[in-house]
Amino acid sequence: MEREVLLRAEGLYRWYGERCAVADLSLELARGEVLGLLGPNGAGKTTTLHMLTGNLAPGAGRVTVAGHDLLDDPRAAKAAIGYLPEQPPLYRELTVGEYLRYCARLNRIPRAEVPAAVRRAMARCGLEGMERRLIGNLSKGYQQRVGIAQAIIHNPAVVVLDEPTVGLDPIQIREIRELVRELGREHAVILSTHILPEVQMVCSRVEIIHQGRIVWSAALDELERELAADALVVGLGHPPAPEALAAVPGVTAVEPLGAGRFRLRHAPGASPAEAVAEAAVRGGWGLVELTPERRTLEQVFVELTTGEAAQEKEAA
Amino acid sequence: MVWVIAGRELKSLFLSPLAWTVLGVVMLILAYLFLAQLDTYMEFAAQLALLESAPGVTDIVVAPVIGDAAVVLLLASPLVTMRLVAEERRARTLPLLYSAPVSMTEIVLGKYLGVMGFMLVLVGLIALMPLSLLLGGGLDFGKLAAGLLGLTLVLGAFAAAGLFMSSLTAQPVVAAVATFGLLLLVWIVDWAGAAREGLGDALARLSLLRHYENLVKGIVSTADLAYYLLFIALFLGLAVRRLDAERMGG
Repeated sequence: MEREVLLRAEGLYRWYGERCAVADLSLELARGEVLGLLGPNGAGKTTTLHMLTGNLAPGAGRVTVAGHDLLDDPRAAKAAIGYLPEQPPLYRELTVGEYLRYCARLNRIPRAEVPAAVRRAMARCGLEGMERRLIGNLSKGYQQRVGIAQAIIHNPAVVVLDEPTVGLDPIQIREIRELVRELGREHAVILSTHILPEVQMVCSRVEIIHQGRIVWSAALDELERELAADALVVGLGHPPAPEALAAVPGVTAVEPLGAGRFRLRHAPGASPAEAVAEAAVRGGWGLVELTPERRTLEQVFVELTTGEAAQEKEAA
Repeated sequence: MVWVIAGRELKSLFLSPLAWTVLGVVMLILAYLFLAQLDTYMEFAAQLALLESAPGVTDIVVAPVIGDAAVVLLLASPLVTMRLVAEERRARTLPLLYSAPVSMTEIVLGKYLGVMGFMLVLVGLIALMPLSLLLGGGLDFGKLAAGLLGLTLVLGAFAAAGLFMSSLTAQPVVAAVATFGLLLLVWIVDWAGAAREGLGDALARLSLLRHYENLVKGIVSTADLAYYLLFIALFLGLAVRRLDAERMGG
């Protein structure tokens, strides 16, 4: 399948006074992809999304949406973007129907097609029967859905969602994630979040932002490989000397964890679990635990975002 | 697109109790002034009839009411315009407009026309009072039209200044106070420098009030019309620049 790039950002910079919020940030997004933008608080996620959607002008660099430059041809570029900011931009005094009709007109949907567009957006976001409800009276979850409906009402090529599941209950979170996955099939979606499992659940690609830079970027299948097990944790009732464990074929290193537990390192994808079990039975070590240890995205995230800070501290 | 934004703005205004309150209070005060003025006229009507080329009911009743209406609205209009941008900024709904395919000029014009819709409703209601005099007599329609045109232009100037002030802040009340201060200053700017010839004349030309007085008297001159149109264009232009600068500066 040919990769149709819908959103391209090149060398984005953004300063707030002396502080550099985003530095040399580039990314690319194709149809059918869901990109997870991950980062600790204050990493520059929201600033990046503001620049991608034309809410903030980048200090340097350029953004192209569906082939239109955001600065040279803002009208065409913005027509191809749907944006749900961190706080959904809702007019509380309007009803859901009035609000969505206004958004549809604002996005230049011809008058005759507005009712159909509103119906479609409401159906996709599970808002059936809410048309006459006042937005101010809706629960947070439903307000969030109205926010998403607003972002997809003009069927944009690129949908940008800033922390769409914050403050929702677990069932609503599942529904919104399902919706995001579905959107990702026809559109290109960018999702910012600091909830790590969410990324693994809905995204096809992950970029980790730290201090305004992209420090890690991987497709989800690469990610699975990256995170593949490279260690076993064994618990032994009668532990032998560590050297005996190191002698088991396939084990490259042994770390004692205390109380008869050891972490055995091995080459990724070549687990010596079987050999360890056999050796334990033969030696009468009293095997009580044998767990493959996976790196989690959380570990990667913590390593990247705290490791760099530590390095900087050393440099200083 | 401008009309879509204007329509939403007008709808939201009438969905808030504030607009209705302003409308009600302004009409109440003006009705009182109108009746008081009418009472005065009735008292002197007999004596006026003896005069040659006596001032008519339009001069004695209608002109003062329209003149006073501008002063009352100087107080009231900042309350109507204060929320235009400030409220959206506070409620964080501006990204909806910024990420939609509309230009900054369209946003500002839309908001301006929306609030002008409200102002025109106000002018229409005020016009009903003099028109009610038709039940018992005649009116000088030329003077009435000039007065209403003047009132519309003054309200247009108030709204433009209010929109600009609202674009500066996230606090509607701050916008209201600043608008009121600005309008009052431009209203009375000719009080100073009256003694010195050149300066007094220059300041009088800047005053919102002086240009209005002419129109209320029934004198429609290009200079007065140009003054108001320039005033409106200046503040709308400033509002566009301000919102653009916000996007650049963050």
